[in-house]
Amino acid sequence: MSYFTQNSLLSFLGYPVSLQTFLPLSAPSLHFTMDWQGQKLAEQIMQIMLLVFAVTAFVAGYVLGSFQMMVLVYAGGVTLTGLITIPNWPFFNRHPLNWLDPSEAEKHPKPQVTVSSKKKGFKK
Amino acid sequence: MHSFGYRLNGLLTFAVTILALMCAITSLSDNFNTPSPSAEIKIMNINWFQKQPQGHDEVSLTMNVSADLQSLFTWNTKQVFIFVAAEYETRKNSLNQVSLWDAIIPAKEHAKFWIHTSNKYRFVDQGNNLRGKKFNLTLHWHVMPKTGKMSADKIVLTGYSLPEEYR
Repeated sequence: MSYFTQNSLLSFLGYPVSLQTFLPLSAPSLHFTMDWQGQKLAEQIMQIMLLVFAVTAFVAGYVLGSFQMMVLVYAGGVTLTGLITIPNWPFFNRHPLNWLDPSEAEKHPKPQVTVSSKKKGFKK
Repeated sequence: MHSFGYRLNGLLTFAVTILALMCAITSLSDNFNTPSPSAEIKIMNINWFQKQPQGHDEVSLTMNVSADLQSLFTWNTKQVFIFVAAEYETRKNSLNQVSLWDAIIPAKEHAKFWIHTSNKYRFVDQGNNLRGKKFNLTLHWHVMPKTGKMSADKIVLTGYSLPEEYR
């Protein structure tokens, strides 16, 4: 896929895209990430979905009289939950942290810390 | 829930913990089942009754075992193991139990059955006390669940006896 089409696809899916680097703006690593709100949402979704599927699976198995049905429904539920909560979907990144661009950071140098040579010595 | 691996680990751990809870509840749901099994054993024939070279009595018999154990099965039952044992008393032992025949019932459909068979395992005494001996035949069953604790019970059928003389 060319950079242009990859870019268009990413921006269509909701990833913030920068034209210069052709990579999503989520720095510092090159991997896609979730923001803090997204992580909390992912954990909540995971716990609730697993519990709901567990109850559904038990009821289905008990009513149908089939242990296998219970296990199958539950396994399907676990897989579905995994597909929704584990990958870094864009709806987990709706409150992103905007790190400062490196070129911008150079314009504002860090203040220098001056070490004063005043020492309080204890003379024996 | 910081990274891919962290979330994957959290999901799998929670999923397995909940699965363990589901299995525990499934096992507890078996207590709602009240079984009502029935069985009947007829001794059709005493094939032979002899004293072995070592001095022990041995008897071979043909029996007809019919039973209805369908009420033992629940959705959590994997199989039921049944066996027929002869029980009698001697001067030396207050209780002797000799297993004569066993079978595994894999499903509810096979739990109502009858079988005409000679004893699968040898009916040998510790000594020679079997002449004219009165004995009970007990049908034991062990219900093996898919998850949880195994339970066992039995039916005691009385009134059987062996011949007075060797044949």
